This record gives sequence, structure tokens and C-alpha cells, in this order.
Amino acid sequence: MNIKNHLTRYSWQQVTDWIEAHTARDVEQALRKKKRSVRDFLTLVSPAAEPYLEQMAQLSQQITQQRFGRTIQLFAPLYVSNECQNICTYCGFSMDNRIKRKTLSKSELLLEAMALKAMGVNHVLLVAGEANKTVGIDYFLTAIDLLRPYFVNISIEVQPLSTNEYKQLYQAGVYSVLVYQETYHREVYRRYHPKGKKSNFDFRLETPDRIGEAHIHKIGLGVLLGLEDWRVDSFYNAVHIDYLQRKYWRSRYSVSFPRLRPAEGTEGPNFVMKDRHLLQLICAYRIWNPDLEISLSTREHEVFRDHVIPLGITSMSAASKTNPGGYVVDPQSLEQFEISDERSMDSIRTQIRNLGYDPVMKDWESCFAQGHI
Amino acid sequence: MTSTLQIANKTFRSRLFLGTGKFGNLDGMNKAITRSQTQLVTMALKRVDFQNQNDELLSFLQIPEVDLLPNTSGARNASEAVLAAQLAREAIQTNWIKLEIHPDPRYLMPDPIETLQATQQLAAMGFIVLPYIHADPVLCKRLEEAGSSAVMPLGAPIGSNKGLRTRDFLEIIIEQSQVPVIVDAGIGAPSDAALAMELGADAVLVNTAIAAASDPIEMAEAFRLAVISGRLAYESGLAPKSSAASSSPLTEFLID
Repeated sequence: MNIKNHLTRYSWQQVTDWIEAHTARDVEQALRKKKRSVRDFLTLVSPAAEPYLEQMAQLSQQITQQRFGRTIQLFAPLYVSNECQNICTYCGFSMDNRIKRKTLSKSELLLEAMALKAMGVNHVLLVAGEANKTVGIDYFLTAIDLLRPYFVNISIEVQPLSTNEYKQLYQAGVYSVLVYQETYHREVYRRYHPKGKKSNFDFRLETPDRIGEAHIHKIGLGVLLGLEDWRVDSFYNAVHIDYLQRKYWRSRYSVSFPRLRPAEGTEGPNFVMKDRHLLQLICAYRIWNPDLEISLSTREHEVFRDHVIPLGITSMSAASKTNPGGYVVDPQSLEQFEISDERSMDSIRTQIRNLGYDPVMKDWESCFAQGHI
Repeated sequence: MTSTLQIANKTFRSRLFLGTGKFGNLDGMNKAITRSQTQLVTMALKRVDFQNQNDELLSFLQIPEVDLLPNTSGARNASEAVLAAQLAREAIQTNWIKLEIHPDPRYLMPDPIETLQATQQLAAMGFIVLPYIHADPVLCKRLEEAGSSAVMPLGAPIGSNKGLRTRDFLEIIIEQSQVPVIVDAGIGAPSDAALAMELGADAVLVNTAIAAASDPIEMAEAFRLAVISGRLAYESGLAPKSSAASSSPLTEFLID
């Protein structure tokens, strides 16, 4: 069974109908269960579950504290390039957006690394657009070699690669790979991604399989909230995670919630997601899947972030710059999106502590990334 | 007073070992450890930043009379675990290692095959190996032969707080073992810890039940008392359980 066939079991219309048909009784049943299926996840994201949000938040908190304790893992992104050959109508790096393009050189990478190191960052996420000729596997391997002495845990969020390339990354010590499907709606996907390699829906859909085949420790998934109905899209994302978790059982999984934000030269979101709904989604993921890592970025404003820390999330980015060279090299270059939580790493650590949680800066060791198995 | 516990070259007055994950603040963790009167705490190697002279976790674990037991959490196979053990030996100057190999990140189920291999290798390298494993009596005997200094069978899935779900197998392990048996994982309440001790376990390791309690420090005290109580009961010889005696003797018909 491959993911494409797996997902065809659920038509968009069918899922939409199921969502509408849910009743309070369904929600109560889903909340009572010991183990929950993806259909229970769907119940919990449905409008019928909205009156149960307080109960969901309580349950989500309890499950998270038991599984992960009162801890929040902190990381920071390192944008290495904004070169991109894709047109994505919502993204600041889109090829048709006339901005100054920049890819960090080796010495610039080190300068940015030093700045992150000085903030106490040990877990770093490398981010790039899609420019295979200049910022392809060779660039990533060089960057990782360069950064490995400074960061114990390196993750990447770049264009989809081949299984072999993922194996190379694994051997180079990469801990996790994040690839978001953006939307699981095939036709809508085509409209948002009219040009470039990214316009190939299936190649992107099969990416987590290739990451799993390469034994990467953690696979990050997500949908771009704002492109389509968040409930249906998130259901497909949950089905995708469920499929992967059974197949690549050695990997752990994380989910993120990029909520579309304004970026220069782009259209705004077509579907606006309320804070209340984002919280419902976070709780639904947690209640459905106690082991899932749930990450929240600086896209979200600080009031929201502070309040959801104890409600189900396990990791957060902090003090992020979303432009290549944003920390020291070229702070003026164009960002991928505007961040909302602009607090420093130290003040976020203090805030986490004030909430009775331990901000974890290091939770990995390079000896666990030796390329065996 | 209860008897002391000997593992390899060390003697322990306390039979309660603690884990250090999941605490909401490190000061609270430190106080819970002190209150429990434990003499051995395990901590994940991956959580410690050895490049940082003032690593927070390590600094809160510098407690008089409390030894550190580094663990290999994060390792998915024997070779990663062996590397982790070597790193721990170098960084914190101990040849004690809690061997954890769980390729499954969901339930953190220990891999018996890799664990056995790593135990052989590490014991040959002079490590004091305490492997975390399933409550599998044969595996425990194999680990003993491979040179482990104790065995740490699970009572229930780690972090589940479900108690001694593997009780029947733990009893067989305790009955057969020539090395100390430390019940690890699943102990959710002081009564579970007391039960493990009454069954004859040599020690218990507790983490989530204390760290995730509303008041971890008081809960540490509750576990301290339960472990002493359970051990004392074991050493005092529990009276046999019996149902009421039969009302009329069954053997009265015998004449000679």
C-alpha cells in the first residue's frame, strides 16, 4: 500500500460530509475511549466538538504531561537561502516575487551559527527554498559538516529529496526532516503551486516515505493552514501520519501548524483560522496520538503561545529570523513571513519557567546519529 | 532496618532509584531526589550539554551521596548504545551505565536482541551494565550470562503508571536471578512500589509517577516510605494468604 492509494479511500467530499454529520454523542464517545483512531481525530476537529474545547484542553494537558512531562524543547531556524524556482502564491520566497536572492556562504553560515550558539541554541533547523542547482544535496552536506561541531541536533526543512539523498543526510547526522504537504486537496494544490518542481503533488506526497526509508529519526508533517478547510486537510495529515507510523515504526513524528500569515508580494489566506480552532486542532492531535511531537512556531503571537504551552505542545522555535542571514549577516534581507513572537530566547525561557515548565535546550547526542541500522 | 543492597562494587541503603526526566523545574527535581533519600539517579546522556561547564541539569544533580547513572536513551541499536556509554564514561567519570535501547519511539519498548549484544560488549569493556528490558525470564538469564550487573525488567510500558502488569513474569525473574532485580517502568503509585518490594525485587526505579505528580517532592517521600515498607514486609516474611479453614476435617477418616 502506498500513500497515494491509501488516501484515495477518503474523498474530500466524503470527509466533509462526515465532519458535518458529527453529533455531541460522537464527541463524548471519542473522548471516553482509551485508544483513538483517525476517525476519532476527525470527530474531535469537527464543529460538534467545539463546545467540548475546555474538556479537550484538560485531557490534552494531562496526556502531554504524562508522556512528555512538563518540558518544552526549544530550537531556532537557520534560513540558509531564499533562492527558489517554485511559484507558491502564498510564499515570500516565490520565484515571481522580485526580491534580492541570497544563499549563505560557508563563512556566513558560521557567523549565523555563532549568533545562535550565543543565544544557547543546540537544536537548529536549516531552512531553504528550492533551488536544486545552487542549494541542493551538496550544499546541505557541506553546511551540515560545517555546523555539526556547534549543534548537537540538526534538522532540515528544504525541498523534497530522493531516498538516497536522505540516506546521505542521515549519515551526515541529520536528526529530522520536515516536509509539509501544504494541502492534501490535489486541485487546490495545483492552483497554489502553478510552476516549478513543487507543482508535482505526488512527488511531495511520497516524500515522507522516502524519509522513512532512509531511517531518519524524526519526520515532520503539516499543512499550511489557510489554503483550504483546515478540518479536512488536517484529517488527511493525520491519516498520513497514521500510515507512516505503522510503516516506519522506528521514526518519531512531529506536526506543526503553519498558519498563513501576510508576506510581501503574496495574497492573504483564503481560509482564516481562529485561535480557538487552532487550539482545538492541537488538542485533537494530542488526544488522538499521545506520542506525537507538537511544535509551535513564532508565526503565532506571544499571548497565544504562552497560553498553549501547557496544553499539548512539546517544542517551540524562539527568537526566529526567517530571512537568510537574519541573525547577523544580513538582517535587512526579505523574510519568508512575518513572525509574531519577537521575544528573545532568554525571555521565552523565563516565560516557560514561569509556567512551571522546563525549557530544554539539549535533548540529543551525536553518537545516536551514526548512520547504522 | 532493612538490609542493604549490593550492586557490583556499590552498597545502597536506599532501594529506591529515581529518573530525572519530565520534571517541570530542575530545582523541584533536586528537592524530590533529596527527599526520596535515593542514592542513585539515572539521567539521559542526551540531556546533558558537556560543552557547557555550567550545564543546568548536571548542576542540579550534584547532590551529596547521590550517584549518577547515565542512560543511553535515544540509542536505537547496540553500536549507538556502546558509543553513548563510552561518551558517558569519559564525560562523567563513571563506568556505570543504564542500557536502554528502544528503536520504537512510541512505547519505548526495549529491543532484546540489541540489548543482549550491547550488554556483552559493554561488560567486556569493563562497564557495570544495568539493562532495561522486558519482563522476560529467559532474557534475564541470558543477560546475566552476558555479564550484566543487574536486570531492570519493566512492570508496564514506560510512563504508563499502570503498575505491575508483568507480575507473573517478575516473580519468575526474581526467583531465578543471581543478580539484583530492579523493577523499572510502569510503577505508578507507592502501592505498586511496595508490591514490587514485597515480591522480593531488590529495588525499584521511579520517574513519571513522581515527576508528573501534583507535588513531586511529597510524592518522593511517599515512595521512600513505600519502598522501605515493602522491603521490610518481604524481609519479615509475609504470612501466607489462606481462605477460611474447612469446617469439617477432610482427613478424619484416616485411622492409622
